[in-house]
Amino acid sequence: MTALATGSRKLIALALTLTVLIIAWQAIVSLADLPRYILPGPLSVIQALERFAPLLITHGLYTALEILLGFVGGVLLGILTALLLAAFLPVRRILLPLLLASQTIPIFAIAPLLMLWLGYGLLSKVVMAMLIIYFPVASTCFDGLRHTPAAWLDMATTLGATRRQRLFRIQLPAALPSLCSGLRMAATAAPIGAVIGEWVGSSQGLGYLMLQANGRMQTDLMFAALFMLIIIAVGLYQLVDWLSRWLVPWQQRTTTL
Amino acid sequence: MTSVPGLQVANATLSYQQRPLFKDLSFTFAPATWTCLLGRSGCGKSSLLRLIAGLEAPDRPTLMVTDHRGNPLPPQGIAWMAQQDALLPWLNVMDNITIGARLRNTLDDTHRDQAHALLERLQLADRAKSRPNQLSGGQRQRVALARTLMQPAPIVLMDEPFSAVDAITRSELHALSIELLAERTVLMVTHDPREALRLSDDIYILASGQLEHLSTRKGQRPAELSLEERDALERHIMSQLGGIAP
Repeated sequence: MTALATGSRKLIALALTLTVLIIAWQAIVSLADLPRYILPGPLSVIQALERFAPLLITHGLYTALEILLGFVGGVLLGILTALLLAAFLPVRRILLPLLLASQTIPIFAIAPLLMLWLGYGLLSKVVMAMLIIYFPVASTCFDGLRHTPAAWLDMATTLGATRRQRLFRIQLPAALPSLCSGLRMAATAAPIGAVIGEWVGSSQGLGYLMLQANGRMQTDLMFAALFMLIIIAVGLYQLVDWLSRWLVPWQQRTTTL
Repeated sequence: MTSVPGLQVANATLSYQQRPLFKDLSFTFAPATWTCLLGRSGCGKSSLLRLIAGLEAPDRPTLMVTDHRGNPLPPQGIAWMAQQDALLPWLNVMDNITIGARLRNTLDDTHRDQAHALLERLQLADRAKSRPNQLSGGQRQRVALARTLMQPAPIVLMDEPFSAVDAITRSELHALSIELLAERTVLMVTHDPREALRLSDDIYILASGQLEHLSTRKGQRPAELSLEERDALERHIMSQLGGIAP
């Protein structure tokens, strides 16, 4: 089957699924006779998207910026941590237990603290997104660095590679497939971090907009904001997926979206 | 042939999980010869090879790896080839076989020409830009052989390098290796007596921590024996290894 045929088949499948879901959604609204402020129908959400378009775009861009900055920051910090853990045994002994212990702290619980320390602006949301993706990135990257095939390291050793060369020229590229699965996780988690941050305290962003809409019973606007958030999250995921295929062209794709 | 050093190993001692594999082994291989090391699984033959290659830390610091006269080997004097091709999937064939020079930052045009010539010899010239995952098992092992040969090392250690390929490919690789490794001192670990008899000038059997030199009655090199003599020797090796003679 050609790639084009596969692509169009996937598109058709996606369109069908969406149509069925929207029909079911409308059916629930019509049959249960739900008021608009409980569950707006698809049509009123589309109307809200149109009516609040400038508002949604402004706040959407702000949230997208938070997510993107948080993603990049968290990924860099995660990779740096993994490299330190892999390169230095003392660091591993001290940092690894701390890292694992830190994961028992619910990220939601420290959101108010971040607001207190970093203010209600962009920074606290970026840091929220960073914190939420930091661990998956660090742990998948470290895993990849640790599980370099022994034969590759033997080969490099007999060729006279230094420790640093082994780390950066063998282990790090070898860790890319593992790191990429961490990046995919991070792409889905980063929007959660940013939105939680906005819920706890903000004056801009989709989370802020949803909170405002909720307070005013503008459920259709809430759904419209949610729709925007989905677009951003799926967009980021696709970007990361594309990046992964570019970074790891030798790995056969086992999953397709 | 005087320029090629042989290999001398002295006081090799190694244990695996507190169980001694061998103790104070010492042996010398003549320059530009091909020696096969046979032994049953778990006898420590691969560990011995890894020890010589510097991939395993010796139990005692008295281990000496030198040329046949006891002089130190040149830096990067030992090349290594294992059962897995260990090709890096993110590099193409050309980059894989020149990785040694790339790591040492000594890659130049002469080196590249040499690599091209070698690929030509190994019938891989049209594969220089391919990635390892686009190659067959036999091609991959040929690339691994090319990478080993690209090293200017006079000593080549091989750990069952041909055991993961099919019989025809193995036979082709044997012929290529004999030709291309003629100027080097080779020590190869194998579990296949027939392979050892085909390739080697000398055969050693490692059993119970002892290295036994297998000599032919006429003092000939195994590779020069007639088929009948080889058959007889193969049966002898099998019985030495503790297996049932065919």
